[in-house]
Amino acid sequence: MNFFWRMGLLLAGMLAVVIGLSVITGISWLDLSWVMPDNVVSTFGPTLDNLWLVILWITGIIFVVTEITLLVFMVKYRHKEDRKADYIHGSNKAEVVWTSITFVIVMALAFYTKGIWDEIRDPNLIPADAYPIHMMAKQFEWNATYAGADGQFGTADDFLSLNVLHIPVDRPVVVQLEAEDVIHSFFLPEFRVKQDAVPGMSTLVWFEATRTGEFTLACAELCGLGHYTMGGTVIVHSQADFQDWLAQQQAAAEDD
Amino acid sequence: MSTTTAMETHTGTAEHHELSFIRKYIFSTDHKMIAKQFLFGGLMFLALGGALAVMIRWQLGFPGRPLPMPLRILFPDTMAPGGIILPEFYNSLVTMHATFMVFFALMPLMAGVFGNLLIPLQIGAEDMAFPRINMASFWIMPVAGFIMLASFFVEGGAAGAGWTSYAPLSTSGEWTGVYMGQILWLVSLIVLGFSSILGALNYVTTVINMRAPGMTWFRIPLATWSIFITAWLLLLAIPILTGGLLLLLFDQTIGTAFFRPEGSGEPLLWQHIFWFFGHPEVYILILPAMGFVSEVIACRSRKPIFGYHSMVVAMVSIGFLGWVVWGHHMFQSGMNPLLGMTFVVTTVVIAVPSAIKTFNWMGTLWRGNIHFDTPLLHAVAFVALFIIGGLSGIFMASAPVDIYIHDTYFIVAHLHYVLVGGSLFGIFAGITFWYPKMFGRMMNEGLGKVHFALSFLFYNMAFFPMHNLGVQGMMRRIYDPNQYEFLQGLQPLNTFISISIFLFVSTQMIFAFNFLWSLREGKVAGNNPWKSNTLLWTTPSPPPHGNFPEMPTVYRGPYEYSHPDREEDYWPQDEPPATTGSGGETVTTPTPELVPGG
Amino acid sequence: MSNRFELRGVVAPTLMLLVMAGCGGGDGGGASSGGGGGAAMENPVNAATAGNIAGSIMFEGDAPSMDVIDMSSETVCADKHASPQMIQEVVVNSNGALANVFVYVKEGLESLQFPTPAAALLDQNGCVYLPHVLGVMVGQDITIRNSDGLLHNINASPTINRGFNSSQPVSMETTRSFRAAEVMVPLRCDVHGWMTAYIGVLDHPFHSVSNGSGAFSLSTLPPGEYVIEAWHERYGTQTQNVTVTTGETAEVNFTFSASMAQNAVVPLGAPVELHAIAEAS
Repeated sequence: MNFFWRMGLLLAGMLAVVIGLSVITGISWLDLSWVMPDNVVSTFGPTLDNLWLVILWITGIIFVVTEITLLVFMVKYRHKEDRKADYIHGSNKAEVVWTSITFVIVMALAFYTKGIWDEIRDPNLIPADAYPIHMMAKQFEWNATYAGADGQFGTADDFLSLNVLHIPVDRPVVVQLEAEDVIHSFFLPEFRVKQDAVPGMSTLVWFEATRTGEFTLACAELCGLGHYTMGGTVIVHSQADFQDWLAQQQAAAEDD
Repeated sequence: MSTTTAMETHTGTAEHHELSFIRKYIFSTDHKMIAKQFLFGGLMFLALGGALAVMIRWQLGFPGRPLPMPLRILFPDTMAPGGIILPEFYNSLVTMHATFMVFFALMPLMAGVFGNLLIPLQIGAEDMAFPRINMASFWIMPVAGFIMLASFFVEGGAAGAGWTSYAPLSTSGEWTGVYMGQILWLVSLIVLGFSSILGALNYVTTVINMRAPGMTWFRIPLATWSIFITAWLLLLAIPILTGGLLLLLFDQTIGTAFFRPEGSGEPLLWQHIFWFFGHPEVYILILPAMGFVSEVIACRSRKPIFGYHSMVVAMVSIGFLGWVVWGHHMFQSGMNPLLGMTFVVTTVVIAVPSAIKTFNWMGTLWRGNIHFDTPLLHAVAFVALFIIGGLSGIFMASAPVDIYIHDTYFIVAHLHYVLVGGSLFGIFAGITFWYPKMFGRMMNEGLGKVHFALSFLFYNMAFFPMHNLGVQGMMRRIYDPNQYEFLQGLQPLNTFISISIFLFVSTQMIFAFNFLWSLREGKVAGNNPWKSNTLLWTTPSPPPHGNFPEMPTVYRGPYEYSHPDREEDYWPQDEPPATTGSGGETVTTPTPELVPGG
Repeated sequence: MSNRFELRGVVAPTLMLLVMAGCGGGDGGGASSGGGGGAAMENPVNAATAGNIAGSIMFEGDAPSMDVIDMSSETVCADKHASPQMIQEVVVNSNGALANVFVYVKEGLESLQFPTPAAALLDQNGCVYLPHVLGVMVGQDITIRNSDGLLHNINASPTINRGFNSSQPVSMETTRSFRAAEVMVPLRCDVHGWMTAYIGVLDHPFHSVSNGSGAFSLSTLPPGEYVIEAWHERYGTQTQNVTVTTGETAEVNFTFSASMAQNAVVPLGAPVELHAIAEAS
C-alpha cells in the first residue's frame, strides 16, 4: 500500500468515527453556526455581528491557507531515502514580508474595531435621552428598579421588577449596574450586551431594542453555587404598552 | 560526589561512587533525576486533572444523571449524593481541574521536566548552578499538591470560585459554601510559587554562567532559549501572584478588605493583579512547547531551523509584550472603557511574533526531508492547533466581539486549543523525543502513532465544536445549561463533546502504557537515536552523573542539518570543523571567536 | 460581619490540614456525626415529679402588613399554593396572636445533661421553609428536605457555630447538625430571596415555637426556678422568671408590640432585606 492509500484509509476511518458519534448523539454539522445567531435585536448588534464576520473572513482565509500549506508540505517533503533536505537557514526577505503583512492586518483590524467599541462603550456617547433603569444583581436574582412617575430614583414611587427587565422598543435604555454581594455579569445574548456588575461599583451600559418580544437575561460570571439559575427575561414592549405597564406598576406601588 | 556541589569542576567519572538509594532516587541533586521526578509528578497531576475533566463533562453531557457505577459510590453526600453532582461540587471541579492542570501539570511538565533535563545537557554543563535549590524546587511541589488535594476532604469542599478566584466571591464561604477549601487553595499556591521561583532562578543562572566553551548566545538550541525566557517570566510573574494571594488570604482570614467592597476594598484590583500575573503565565505555559517543537521539527525534517534569529527575537518579544496585554481579560469587567483600545492594540500586536514563529516552522518543513516519527507528528499537530488557537484569539482581542463571546465556551475552546492543542501536544512531542535520553530506551513507535492519531482526532472532536457553543452564547462554568431556554437545543452537541472527551482521556491510557512498558521493554536507544546535533545527544543515554565525560567545545549552531558538503545529514555542535566523520575524539583548540558569552 | 473572621482566626492552615488528614477526611460535611455520645444517656427528668409551662404570645397594636411573595419565576412553587404567600416575618392572626416565636428555657437547666433526640425535619416545599422557626438540640441531626425538585440552597450564617452553604439541585435530603448552643441560626436560600428560616440550638430539649394561635408549651420539666425567653425575628427577645412545681402547669404569656422592633437586637448574619426598596414605597 502506498502512502496515499494509507493516509486515505486513515482519514476515512476518522471521518467514520465523527459521523458515527454525530448520528448517535443526534447532531448535524450542517446546522452548527459559524456566524453569530440570527436573533439580534439591538441597534448596534448588526455592527458587532458584521465585525465578527470580517474577523471570521480574515482568520478563515489565513486558517485555510496555512493549514493546507502545512498539509502540502507534510506530503510533498515527506522522507524519501534518495533525497536530502535543502540547506536553507531562512530568508530575511520572507521574514520582513510576513512580519509587515501580519502587522498591517492586525493594526487595520484594531483601528476598525475602535470606532465600533466607542459607539457601544464610550461613556460620553451614551444617548442623552436614554430611559434609565437601576439593576441590582445579587445571589441569584436580578432586581430592576424603575424611577416611577417623578423620574427620580430613591423616591417613594420607585418600583421593583424581579428577574424581568421591561424596556420600550426603539428607545435607548441605560442600565446602571450594581451588585450587592459578588461579581455578576449582565448578559443579554440577543442584544449583544455583556457587562459585569461589580459590588462597590456602578457601571452604565446602554442599548436600544429594535423589535418587541421576550428575550434572555443571563448571568455570565461565576457567582456561586446557584450561578446557573440566575436567569431572567427581557420583555420589549411597544412604546404605548410600556407606558401602560409603567402606569400599572406605578399604581400598584402607590397602593402599598 | 554526594557532598559536593556540581559547581566544582568534575575532572572525570572515576571519583563518582555509588550514591545511597535515597540520595539517588528521592533527595537527588542530579538535574536528570529531578527532571524525572517532575515528570512522574506532573503526569500524575495531569491524570488527576483529566479525571476532574471527565466529571465536569459528565455533568454537562448528561445533566442530572447519576455518575456511572464505579464513580457513584466514590463520592460522599456532600459532593455527589446518589451520584448526582451538586452545583457547589461542580464549581469545585471546574476550579480544581484548571488549578491542577495549570499549576501542577503543565508548569512542572514544561519548566520542571525540560528545564531540568535540557538546560545543562544542551549548553554543556555538568549540572545546574544550584543543585540543592533545584532539589528544593521539586520537593515543594508535592507539599503544595498535598495541601491542594487535602482541600477536597475538608468541610465545605475544595475551592469553588474558579481558578481565577475572583474577589469578592473567593473572600467568603458565605458566597460559595467553601470555607477552609478556599484558604487551602491559597496556601497551596503560595507554597508552590516558591517551587517555580527557585526553579527559575536556577535556570536563569545556569544558562547565563555555565555554557560550554563556544556556546555563544546564538548557538543555544531554541528549547533552552524558550525555557530561559520562560524562567524570566516566572521570576517576574510568580511574586506578583504570591503577593495577590497573600492579600486575598488576609481578606479571608483576618478581615482585611483589599478586595472586599464593604471595607472600601476594590474587587477589580484583584483582577488586575491576577491577570498581570495571568497573561505572562499564559506564555509560561506555551513558550517551552514552542521551543520543543522547534527542536523536533528541525531535527526530524533534517533541515536547519528557518530564521533562527527571528525565532529568538519573536520569543523575546512575546516575553515583553505579554506584560502589557492583561487588560484584554477585563474588557467587560467595568474597567474604564476608554482603556479598552489600548489593550486591543497591544493584544493584536502580539499576534505578530506568534505569526513569525508559525511561518518559520512552516519554512523549516518546506523542502525538508520529513520523518514521520511520533515526536514530529505531535510537533506538527502543535503548529496546526496553535494556528487555530492563535486565530480564535483575534476574535476576543477585538473588544466589541469580546462583548458577546467573553465568558462563553468560545473562550473555553480558545484556551484549550492553546493549552491542550498547544502545550499538551508540545509536551507529548518533548516526552517522545527526549524519552530515549532520559531512560535509555525508545518508546514504541506503533503505539505512539496510534496514540497520536486517536488523540488528535478525539481532541478536535471535543474542542472544535466548543466554538459553536460559544457562538450560540453558552456561558462558561454553568452547572446545567438546560436551565436556559436558549441553550436547550445545544444538549446533543454537549453530549457529543462529552463523549469525545471521554474518548480523548481514555486514549491517554495508550500513552501511559507505552511510557511504562518502554521503560523495560523499549528498544535500546544508543547515544543519538534521532541523529540530532545538540550536545545532549553526544552523551550516553541516560547520561551519567556529571553528564559529559569531557567538557565539550561548541563549534557551530544547533541546526546544521543536511549540509551539502557532508555525507551525513547532521553535524553535531561539538564536532571540530577539521573532521568529517562522526568521531571527533581529538579536540582541536577553539578559535578565539568561540569564547562563551560572545 | 467581622465576627466570622475572628472565629476562624489566623489559624495556621497547614497545621489544621495535618489534623484533618490525620482524621482521614472523607466525611466532608460535619453531618451525621450528631448524637453519637448521647445514645446511651438516660433522661435525667423524673416524669412523676415534673411540671409544665404553657402560655401564648400576643401582639399589641396594628400588625404590619407583609408583602406578597412574587413566585412568578418559579411556577412549580407558585402552583403548590392555593393563595399568594406572604413574607413570614410577622404572622399575626385575627385575635392578635403572634406565631413563629421561639420560646425556650434560658436559665435553670445548667446542671443537667439530656439525651439527643431523633432527627428534626426542615422541609422546603413550595419555596418556603416548613417550619419557619425550628428548635433543635446540640448534635441533633437536622434533616433538610427539598420537596420541590428545583434548586434550593441552604445558606446558614451562625455566629458561634460553623456556617455552611450547600445546595440541593433535585428532590433530596441533606443532614446537618450544630455543635454549640446558639439562638438563633439564620438560614436563607439565595436562589429564592424570600426564603428564610431560623434554627434555635440548645443544650436541652425544652423549646417550643408559638403556633398560629400563639400557643406554646414546654412539658415535663423538673421542678425549679427558670428563666424563659421568647425570641422573635423582628421584635427581639423578652424574658420572664417562672417557678415550676410538680404536676402543675405554670402559665407564662408574652406580649410583643410594633415599637419593640427598634430595640430588637437583630441576630448577626440575618439575611439582608432584599425587598427593602419595594417596601419603602
